[in-house]
Amino acid sequence: MTQDLLYSVVGVALFGIGVFGVVVAAHVIRKLIAVNIMGIGVFMVLLASAHHGAITDPVPHAMVLTGIVVAVAGTAQCLWLALRIQLLDENEAGESTQ
Amino acid sequence: MSAEIIIDIILSLSVLLLACLTLSARQVFTAIVLYVSLGLLVTIIWVRLNAWDVAIAEAAIGAGLTGALLLVAWRRLSNEAAAKFESSNDVY
Amino acid sequence: MFISLEFQQQNTNEKELSRVTCWLLGAIITALSIALTIALLVTDKAVPGLADLAAKNLDISGVENPVTAVLLNFRSYDTLLEIAVLLIVAVAILPTQSSTTTQFLSVDDKIIISPVLVGLLKWLVPLAILVGGYLLWTGAYSPGGAFQAGAVVAGAGVALSLAGRHDFLWQTTKARVALNLGLLVFLLVAAANAIVTGTSLQYPVEHAGWLILVVEIAATLSIAAILLLLFVRLKKIAERSEQEINQ
Repeated sequence: MTQDLLYSVVGVALFGIGVFGVVVAAHVIRKLIAVNIMGIGVFMVLLASAHHGAITDPVPHAMVLTGIVVAVAGTAQCLWLALRIQLLDENEAGESTQ
Repeated sequence: MSAEIIIDIILSLSVLLLACLTLSARQVFTAIVLYVSLGLLVTIIWVRLNAWDVAIAEAAIGAGLTGALLLVAWRRLSNEAAAKFESSNDVY
Repeated sequence: MFISLEFQQQNTNEKELSRVTCWLLGAIITALSIALTIALLVTDKAVPGLADLAAKNLDISGVENPVTAVLLNFRSYDTLLEIAVLLIVAVAILPTQSSTTTQFLSVDDKIIISPVLVGLLKWLVPLAILVGGYLLWTGAYSPGGAFQAGAVVAGAGVALSLAGRHDFLWQTTKARVALNLGLLVFLLVAAANAIVTGTSLQYPVEHAGWLILVVEIAATLSIAAILLLLFVRLKKIAERSEQEINQ
């Protein structure tokens, strides 16, 4: 019981740290890491709620599994967009100097 | 029981510390590496919570693949990388 | 143009927020976290949640691992939609130009890499694929399953891609088939099931085991292909210019 409680509180704290990071960070990669830390916090609260001593509830586990895979896809999509913007930028800068 | 709760407390404190360090790292590269280690530490927590399936997925995807994606993008997105590679001609 | 310039500036010289803003923000977020924690403590935990229900129905699910049963039988529409989401991300990242080559994996022997790396890859890649197959098979009765297997197989591809000799061509039919296979097989199984039994994603007890295995194999291939596509395309765009990435 205490274990679940501890990890629930840590999950909420991780979520808070992640929100702070998203707002404060300037670099895209830092922002993405912060979003991923928020995700870890949410997963931790879910898994802690699924844990009852010897019995574990498989439904939150399945949700977290899907969540992890979707999170990596989202991160990749964000990085792709950031790199495309950067490329457009560099092309524009190259054209204006010519 | 009490020994187990001590392990849990140590794990939680180090996860929180690592999250703070990740977000306050001076270089983006350091932040990425710390994030990967955070993922590995969280994997241990998933095992503590009896979530073995999630632990395997987190180790492979959360720590491995996300770190690789971030590192690959970091080369282009920050001028840290450029500065590092300019100093040595040998990229390997 | 102003937006893009601002974007680059933000990335290159990281401008910090002022100290007062940071403290204020920290106070707001701390208050929010405390409120969330109190909400968590006040809410009664559903004990034992859905664990009993899942355990009771485990013998009609066709597998012995409760997580796999939930993922691919009890709540399989979640997994179906998740594979669809992954496919959408893959479509957004796919190269736009078509190509004439038909080979998915091309090797350029002229690129010289360390012989140690070649030897490592010779062992590592088959081993990773073997581990992926094991995780897939073992998912029916112990931890493991399509996602974990797909991630490990994608890891083998990432190692090949990082070594530098191998290139993946995503315009080829093989690659397109691999990307779409998971969703297609899932939908086909659901449709066939709907015709035979009248319910789309509720498998008949005697056939549930192998239906889940078929769906899982296809899903593993697709997840591996999509994760590998994400990595390879990001690597390509990070290394090259705008014109080259569409090829």
